[in-house]
Amino acid sequence: MVDTAAGVAETSLLRWIPFLPLAAAAVHGVFLGLMRRPLPRRGTIFLSCGAVFASFLISLFAFAELLSPEGPRVRVDNLYTWIGAGKFSAEASFLLDPISAVMILVVTFVGFLIHVYSIGYMDDDHRDDTGFPRFFCYLNLFTFSMLMLVLGDNLLVMFLGWEGVGLCSYLLIGFWYSERWNAYCGMKAFVVTRIGDVGFLVGIFVLFWALADVGRPTVAFREIAAAFPQIADRVVTLPAWLGGAEWKLATLVGLCFFAGACGKSAQIPLYVWLPDAMAGPTPVSALIHAATMVTAGVYMVCRLSFLYAAAPGASAVIAWTGAITALFAATIAITQTDIKKVLAYSTVSQLGYMFLAAGCGGYAAALFHLATHAFFKALLFLGAGAVILAMHHEQDTDKMGGLARAIPRTRWAFLMGVIAICGLPPFSGFFSKDDVLLAAFGAHSIPGNRWLYGIGVATALLTSLYMFRLYFRTFHGATRIAPENFRRVHEPAETVRYPLYVLAVFAVLAGFAGLPQVYGDWLGIPDSNSLAHFLAPVLAGGLHEVGVSHGEELRLALLALGAAATGLFVAWWLYLRDPELPGRFMQAFHGVWRLLHEKYFVDQIYDTLIVRPTVWVADRVLFRSIDAGLIDGVAVNGTARAVQGLAARGFKYAHSGLTQSYLFLMILGTVAIVGWLLR
Amino acid sequence: MLVPLEHVIALSAVIFGIGVVGAVTRRNLIVILMSIELMLNAVNLALVGFSRAWANPVGQVFVLMVITVAAAEVAVGLGIVLSLFRNRDSVDIEEVSLLKW
Amino acid sequence: MASHLLSIVTFLPLAGGLALLLLDAVLGLFSLGRLSEGFWRWLTLVFTGLTFALSLGLWTGFDATRTDFQFVERFPWLPDYGVSYFVGIDGVSLLLLVMTTFLMPLVILSSWEDIRRGERTYLFFMLGLETGMLGAFVSLNLFQFYVFWEVMLIPMYFIIGIWGGPRRIYAAVKFFLYTMAGSLLMLVALLVVYYQHFLQFGALNLDLVQGPGSTAPALFDTVIPVAGQAVWWKTQTWLFVAFALAFAVKVPLFPFHTWLPDAHVEAPTAGSVVLASVLLKMGTYGFIRLALPLFPSASVAFAPLIFGLALMGILYAALVAMVQADMKKLVAYSSVAHLGFVMMGMFAFDIEGVEGSVLQMVNHGFSTGALFLLVGMIYERRHTRLIKDFGGIAKPMPVYAALFLVVGLSSMGLPMLNGFVGEFLILLGTYHVAPWVAVAGTFGVVLAAAYMLWMLRRVMFGPVDNPENRGLIDLGLREKFVVVAVLVPIFWIGIYPDFFLRRLDASVTEVLRRVETANARMVLPRGRESAGHNVTGAGPLLSPVALELGSPR
Repeated sequence: MVDTAAGVAETSLLRWIPFLPLAAAAVHGVFLGLMRRPLPRRGTIFLSCGAVFASFLISLFAFAELLSPEGPRVRVDNLYTWIGAGKFSAEASFLLDPISAVMILVVTFVGFLIHVYSIGYMDDDHRDDTGFPRFFCYLNLFTFSMLMLVLGDNLLVMFLGWEGVGLCSYLLIGFWYSERWNAYCGMKAFVVTRIGDVGFLVGIFVLFWALADVGRPTVAFREIAAAFPQIADRVVTLPAWLGGAEWKLATLVGLCFFAGACGKSAQIPLYVWLPDAMAGPTPVSALIHAATMVTAGVYMVCRLSFLYAAAPGASAVIAWTGAITALFAATIAITQTDIKKVLAYSTVSQLGYMFLAAGCGGYAAALFHLATHAFFKALLFLGAGAVILAMHHEQDTDKMGGLARAIPRTRWAFLMGVIAICGLPPFSGFFSKDDVLLAAFGAHSIPGNRWLYGIGVATALLTSLYMFRLYFRTFHGATRIAPENFRRVHEPAETVRYPLYVLAVFAVLAGFAGLPQVYGDWLGIPDSNSLAHFLAPVLAGGLHEVGVSHGEELRLALLALGAAATGLFVAWWLYLRDPELPGRFMQAFHGVWRLLHEKYFVDQIYDTLIVRPTVWVADRVLFRSIDAGLIDGVAVNGTARAVQGLAARGFKYAHSGLTQSYLFLMILGTVAIVGWLLR
Repeated sequence: MLVPLEHVIALSAVIFGIGVVGAVTRRNLIVILMSIELMLNAVNLALVGFSRAWANPVGQVFVLMVITVAAAEVAVGLGIVLSLFRNRDSVDIEEVSLLKW
Repeated sequence: MASHLLSIVTFLPLAGGLALLLLDAVLGLFSLGRLSEGFWRWLTLVFTGLTFALSLGLWTGFDATRTDFQFVERFPWLPDYGVSYFVGIDGVSLLLLVMTTFLMPLVILSSWEDIRRGERTYLFFMLGLETGMLGAFVSLNLFQFYVFWEVMLIPMYFIIGIWGGPRRIYAAVKFFLYTMAGSLLMLVALLVVYYQHFLQFGALNLDLVQGPGSTAPALFDTVIPVAGQAVWWKTQTWLFVAFALAFAVKVPLFPFHTWLPDAHVEAPTAGSVVLASVLLKMGTYGFIRLALPLFPSASVAFAPLIFGLALMGILYAALVAMVQADMKKLVAYSSVAHLGFVMMGMFAFDIEGVEGSVLQMVNHGFSTGALFLLVGMIYERRHTRLIKDFGGIAKPMPVYAALFLVVGLSSMGLPMLNGFVGEFLILLGTYHVAPWVAVAGTFGVVLAAAYMLWMLRRVMFGPVDNPENRGLIDLGLREKFVVVAVLVPIFWIGIYPDFFLRRLDASVTEVLRRVETANARMVLPRGRESAGHNVTGAGPLLSPVALELGSPR
């Protein structure tokens, strides 16, 4: 099912897709670092946006080439051997197949729109550590890293992009670095995702040496896929101190890589960096934490679908983790008041959906939801950014309300995004979410998959609830803004609004790219799920036909729709019809509310159980007691002091200065030697 | 063979022993120098005895060398004692202990 | 001239120093005054630069397919005792040599305005130090190697002791005595090896390999006895321990590392850079050049212990680095952590690990050298290195902050930069033989990110609290040049490491082959049995497959 040998074409086109943004970033770097004056504003816009747009055009062209029926299904661009030592060899080469084609389109398109949006958003920033060119430099660098990640032909180039996006998110979250908090959030993001990266690296090691054992040492995806059947049944025995159980090698590798995905794609337990990442400018949140970087984990799982298909244990873990994360994050989102925080937890939750699908074998469904999520989440974030701009950098919804009258265009765009994410037909979210839930429903190999489905539906209800809550509190109802401030609220600039409109269109219509067959039959379209058909050759399980009838599928869709509608209704009641009600709920269930509002105190738990003890041990025990005290104090300086003491208190007294005692000792010594020689 | 070798060696040993005791025990520098001379002469005696017993002239030749060295050493030693006396008004060896800890 | 290129490269710095000294003396003799300090500085720069240029000739002339030593020169010194002047390079020493010659001019440039008094003496010591270091890298006679090894200590001692910080005397004496104690053990072991060689071949010879003009069998061909019941009675074990202790102090391997923080903190900036970049590599170089080929059985037997100590270095030193208050001490502890990686890779005894180890030696030289250069630059401005005295530096000095960030990223192993290639290969190679050690070591990358980013955050970001920091001047042209110059290899090795790895292949294979063939009876390290990974780590430690030359490039 994985297309490896037939139809591979060499091309030198692919390298320009990541390299154009890199070149733009490099030019920025030169100007910022070496020249006296930075690039003028127009130059920056032209360079950065132009580079990403050019990447987008090339991606379109490459995609179109893939679509042609006689052409090769896979294109490769090999530059040179990057690292080679002994058996290990990693090429710097790019791979264009259906999965990466979808990804580069999403990344470059959404990336381009966000670049345009940033022109307006970052323009009025009057803080003293701004840098219009610096921002675009980082954005370009990020785009480069993300494209390396999805275009990489092997695990190592993917890892390069993986770490690169981590770096850029560090730079961008902490963009306004003169605030201590922003710098802290950036650092947190980098370090937490790196913990996951340990798993990724270990996964590479295990996989590589297992393949080397059967004579096929490689880290390139196509070759791993080809050689994988030879090691698919290997078993690993854990050492005694870990229980001595027997695991499938594929499961072990899958879990290691998933640990990396947990970090990058903010699943439990490594999601804690994402909400705090909202400290960065809103375009950053849109690009990195909604549309692209966080989806890297999902991409990775789908790229390695052949591995996960052979590792039911790992897939089950992925599905359950995704589901629990989705529900968990949704429960937190219903109590948050900061626009961006709600959207952040929403992202964590939606990522959970994607992993749920991937774990249940619905890799195409996961990628479908990834794409639609990219559109509507970016739309929501950019819309939130427009609101923030309109409110002169106010983010707390407690201080908003009734904005529909003041900024109608933003409101309509935002509403499109809200409807999409809630999964109301015929917007895109409806189709992609249903695909996810269907995959969960039909995944009989995962234990408790009906529970997974149930969690998915419950999350859909909560999603609808918190999204409409957000929408109503921001745009409708009695306004909580002071009248004189209300007059100053106005629509943001065109460069800010036009990306919103474009994204809104896609948020509405993108679903039709993956229209499930049940609707396709209604409309008389054969093979309506074009996306799944497109991806089928490179994903494990091909089209992944879940064994449910069309009738069942419709009933499930109605159930999910009902859940979403219920959430909408509750939100309407609580926030429009009876605004006092939420307050009373909060009083009545204060404990529960506090738990959710404080995000289950997870940050505090991590801090108390992990961060503080580590620093304390490092300082008190390791540094002061052992290093300075024991090794340096006792061993090194202690030896020196002992020698000095011995000399000062012992050997010194042999030098009495009395000639006669010296003479006496000499004679004694001579007698002893002579005596020994004559013995 | 008038005097048995054993007697010569015994005498030499006794004189050497007296010299050692004198050098280690006495406090007067001049007496110490004399004891050192005693030791040297005791060695001379032994050398002559052995030379006569084994009819090897090398022993007696060596005695001449020892006597020369002894004379030179006494000259230098008395010079040091003189210098010491001029500076410290004493020839007590216990007072020459500046190189102590 | 070409046939003596190696000697010229080695001795040019010292010759330059002596020439300057002589010129000074002659001028003084004729009461014509002395050479100005500026003249000394420029000429030192010229000499070190010229050495670098000539070493590039070595680089281009090096044949990467040969496994023997190249640019060999041999001249009998004390033929009756087997001591000769014998120099030559292979891939490992080539990389380290060029790294040294590349960094020295930058070091001289960095201390352009740093030294207030005795500048001529300082520059002379620097030149002598360079010759000492280069000599140690190229020596192929054990006696000669020992001479250069000890000679390096003297200028370094003076540099720390005269131009250093407040506790410089303590630091200099500690550095000197600690290193010398190890070296003396090595001397004793050297004599035993000498004697063993004599017993086996009836000739006195200290040449490591057979050189031109000599028919005596090489020292590497000596078989040090391994007979005996328990491991502790084997001669090879004791000898390896003696050599290992000498090198372990230099590396520095936990727990022999405590001289390093003091020496680094008290040394002047240029001294720190040289200390970190080159002198620390002496220890690791000594292991790979001497300890491994001379004592192969013992090396393999001690691998678990070395893994343990290296791991301590990686994790423990990183944790201690996190809580340091002084930036230089933080970087010093980070050095211990990085070299823990190097040792771990080396004792994995497979090509990937050892190549990664050697590459990481070079990487560390560049990254940590650059870090010390940067710390020195801020010290020159504020005369403090305590983190709490800073904060928000990125505002007055944005270029500095950016460069510091890039170098910090290199130090924590970001792909596209040099550190990643070395660390990845090391961990990959180690995983093959000791999976759990590799897994534990991989956590080291998290800690590296933690301490480095935390320091950066406290120093560079946040508001400019301390008013003294508001008026700081950003990097000047000279300073920018020095840092950017080091960034060139940092990026080059990260993007195209094959250029460097290619030259290591043959030499590393040769070293491993020696270890393999001289190992009559292999002792599997303890880590293997307890790994439990009967799948991925299977196979003997030095399987023939692992020793194949990599695919031709």
